[in-house]
Amino acid sequence: MITAKDIRRILLVSGWFMILTLPILGMRVDPLSDNILWRLKNVMWVGLGTVVLQSLPHLWHLYLYLQAGMIRLWHHLMGTPPHKIVEKTAHRDSLINRVITNPRQRAILCAVVLTLTIIYPQVVNEYQINIMIMAFLYIMLGLGLNIVVGMAGLLDLGFVAFYAVGAYTYALLNLHYGINFWMALPLGGIFAGIFGLLLGFPILRLRGDYLAIVTLGFGEIIRVILENWIELTHGVAGIVNIPGPTFFGLGLTPSQKILYLYYLMVLFVVITIFVVNRLQDSRLGRAWLALREDEIACQAMGIDKRRTKLAAFSLGAFWAGIAGVVFAAQNRSVYPVSFSFLESAMILSIVVLGGMGSIVGVILGALILILLPEYLRELSQYRMLFFGAILVLMMIFRPQGLISVVRRKYDIDSIKAEEKEGGA
Amino acid sequence: MSEPILQVQNLTMDFGGIRALNKLDITVHSGEIAALIGPNGAGKTTFFNCVTGIYKPTAGDVFLTPGKGEKPVSIKGLKPNIVTGKGLSRTFQNIRLFPKMTVLENVMIGRHCRTKTFILGAIFRPPRARREEREILLHSYRLLEKVGLAAFANDFAENLSYGAQRRLEIARALATEPHLLLLDEPAAGMNPQETEDLNALIREIAAEGLAVLLIEHDMKLVMSLSQRIFVVDYGSKIAEGTPKEIRSNPAVIKAYLGE
Amino acid sequence: MHFDSQYFIELFASGLTKGSIYALIALGYTMVYGIVGLINFAHGEIYMIGAFVFFLASSLLTVLGLPMWAMICIATAASIFWAGGYGYTVEKIAYKPLRNAPRLSPLISAIGMSVFLQNYVMLGQTEKYLGFPEVIPEFDFLEPFASTFSSSDFVIWVTTVIVMLILTWIIKFTRTGKAMRATAQDRTMAELVGINVNQIISATFIIGSALAAVGGILISSHTGSIHYYIGFIAGIKAFTAAVLGGIGSIPGAVLGGLVLGMAESFATGYFSSAYEDVFAFSLLVLILIFRPAGLLGRAETEKV
Ligand SMILES: Nc1ncnc2c1ncn2[C@@H]1O[C@H](COP(=O)(O)OP(=O)(O)OP(=O)(O)O)[C@@H](O)[C@H]1O
Ligand SMILES: [Mg+2]
Repeated sequence: MITAKDIRRILLVSGWFMILTLPILGMRVDPLSDNILWRLKNVMWVGLGTVVLQSLPHLWHLYLYLQAGMIRLWHHLMGTPPHKIVEKTAHRDSLINRVITNPRQRAILCAVVLTLTIIYPQVVNEYQINIMIMAFLYIMLGLGLNIVVGMAGLLDLGFVAFYAVGAYTYALLNLHYGINFWMALPLGGIFAGIFGLLLGFPILRLRGDYLAIVTLGFGEIIRVILENWIELTHGVAGIVNIPGPTFFGLGLTPSQKILYLYYLMVLFVVITIFVVNRLQDSRLGRAWLALREDEIACQAMGIDKRRTKLAAFSLGAFWAGIAGVVFAAQNRSVYPVSFSFLESAMILSIVVLGGMGSIVGVILGALILILLPEYLRELSQYRMLFFGAILVLMMIFRPQGLISVVRRKYDIDSIKAEEKEGGA
Repeated sequence: MSEPILQVQNLTMDFGGIRALNKLDITVHSGEIAALIGPNGAGKTTFFNCVTGIYKPTAGDVFLTPGKGEKPVSIKGLKPNIVTGKGLSRTFQNIRLFPKMTVLENVMIGRHCRTKTFILGAIFRPPRARREEREILLHSYRLLEKVGLAAFANDFAENLSYGAQRRLEIARALATEPHLLLLDEPAAGMNPQETEDLNALIREIAAEGLAVLLIEHDMKLVMSLSQRIFVVDYGSKIAEGTPKEIRSNPAVIKAYLGE
Repeated sequence: MHFDSQYFIELFASGLTKGSIYALIALGYTMVYGIVGLINFAHGEIYMIGAFVFFLASSLLTVLGLPMWAMICIATAASIFWAGGYGYTVEKIAYKPLRNAPRLSPLISAIGMSVFLQNYVMLGQTEKYLGFPEVIPEFDFLEPFASTFSSSDFVIWVTTVIVMLILTWIIKFTRTGKAMRATAQDRTMAELVGINVNQIISATFIIGSALAAVGGILISSHTGSIHYYIGFIAGIKAFTAAVLGGIGSIPGAVLGGLVLGMAESFATGYFSSAYEDVFAFSLLVLILIFRPAGLLGRAETEKV
């Protein structure tokens, strides 16, 4: 129930937010006249919004209270004994997790999703296909970052730097040596991976939060270099006329090219899912998870902390590099602005929203965060604001993300059977 | 007497101005059960941390015999994972399991240092990697059976009872195939029945040829298990001997009972 | 090559100025890190918000026709008030609920806060560069040095020294300061002896934010422009300064700030100015490789 004290608190907090937002949202300097433009309406909205937000939990309680009262009243009138309040059932895996842990249902799900993905470009226009291609690219990036952040627990804020390395590797190699997409693909990944190794080697033996700031700095540095090393990168003018992927040397019409790119992306995403899935379920994947939980215990159990982290970090970088090559081929041009910190923040939001460590979660996160702003154009300027808020809110209210990770359950009976075999 | 497996000489550890270990000499022989006892804050856990490489000792030497018939090697200042690889494994006083991993996975982590599959192996799963994965699984499961936790294999480690968590730590340490096992207060928080089972478990482990060095405050357990006891107080060794000798040692009585 | 001493002194002066600003921001990082063990990524944004509030307040006051000195005082007070308010609120929203969460959570939350505040200011104000008023007058008695440093350099040095002295006094002698030191050393213990840790953490954020606001005002009037992105780069560099000096150490933050400012100034002066940010970052990596505990920090062994 709402007490007078609650109301006072709600008003106080709302008042505080109105004061707080008064200068930034409520005032603006008119650049022509140097006069102050007051925009107090904004501040009123903030006040109203905070009142509503704070009231929500109270309203929810009120609703539950009324509901309980109605039920009691009902039983009173009917003369039946009131039910015991049903205890909330103990934690159950979410529907999607129950499906993906069941091999048969998982196979069906994969088949259905894959079929839909393959049919999709036949039923929509080119614009939609292009958006989907972009979403696939972000799924790839998200799953790559997921190896680093989600599985190994290393906060990599410079992911986009490795992405840039991949993109520029292809752009430059193509520009100077005419190297085609398929040759650049592994090279971009390898270059980015080497960068990851060089950066990670000195830093990964230190406290985890240093990695965050170093990668953040590294991301900025790469961008600064791309902007300023004009002889090499053409600076902000970027590199244009990068060829798309070739198809066995056959000439393709523009619309065929888009289709080709689409199916290529599907292939890349499938490969990424396959790889991440296998890693998760391996000796290395377990070590990553364990390192996230307790580094000292891990080392005492014989895990080489640096080597193991380095594997995750540079593998993530490698994947970003690959995605970078794809990005360059898809856009046919690269500019330094594409590799700003906000891009890293966006990929991080995808991973955090979906669920760190969860493949399905990351896919879902990428689809939501990439497709939603595309279709809600009016809101697209609030995109980054929204991404920032997601990071904060998810950490507070649902740190496991939309879809939490399930640990693999081993079939004990089959282990026992194997054990007998082995013993016999 | 059999050959020494762990020789610690003159081990000293300072934290800022505080001397937590003072010129400690301790030798454990292969196949024996030894105990390290002393009042709270005596430096027992610090001793384990220095030996296993988690702390870097200020001075002194630590030698480990990494297998039957091999020469002792210095492990002083080596990283903990290298020390573990050489056949020294431990449990922690303040249990340090991986709470959000399953019981079976916790033990599987212990197999890490005896297996090899890395990135490419994990992705392409050649027959060698498959065999290795199966070996990890079976070996770990057998260890769970040994410590009586097989029924909980797929539960989260954090949901185990206190005594079960301590046994899981032992299973995880055994998974690294140590020659010497260091147990830091394995019976802390256990009820008498669990302590009894633990006693049997440690005997079983020792019977397989492992040397065991345990820190323990439960004197009944210590006296019943160990062939040799070291007593430390304020970081210095004040006595060493068989349980009988220790029981009647005036210095030990003084350290425990005060003046 | 001929050694140009005039040029050297100029670079030295500009390094001192930059270093002072870095030091002011680095203090906020280091104090927060000392007490809650968190890199407050949003700290750079607080610095930027401080500058914006000063800009808005001074414009308003100028329109009202207040004299220069009154305008500076009131606008500075407003800037400190709002920066402190934002710092306080950010802690309450984004960090306090996560105090016992896994290590990664508050870091991600902090990054989210930083992105949020940047875009909040961009949307609320503008994405363009804005001209910042020249609030620092030209002092006549500095005339002879005009070729080496400006009066705004001078004001920045003096203000920084004064602010440092005030901070030292707060931390050494006031109750709050003593409680802060106790909390930094051992939070549980501080709680047990009756220190209200929540209050102390809030106070730390407010003081750190106030310092950042002062830094924001000074540097913006020095460079003559503001932009919603200035907090981001300044934040990374100030953090570098804090790590350089030894994170958690207050004298370390000041020393780190000065060293970084000098290093940057000389590097840009003698090599290339386009890569200013690259120098700072390379310094950070070198420090972390060779002396992770920083210049004045002490390496500590985690208790196992
Ligand atoms: N990382 C560290 N930093 C500072 N001091 C430490 C550290 N680790 C241990 N100490 C100190 O060293 C001394 C010995 O501690 P230790 O934990 O080894 O005692 P113990 O014999 O294991 O005690 P208990 O029986 O309570 O477990 C204590 O005074 C402790 O405070
Ligand atoms: Mg101990």
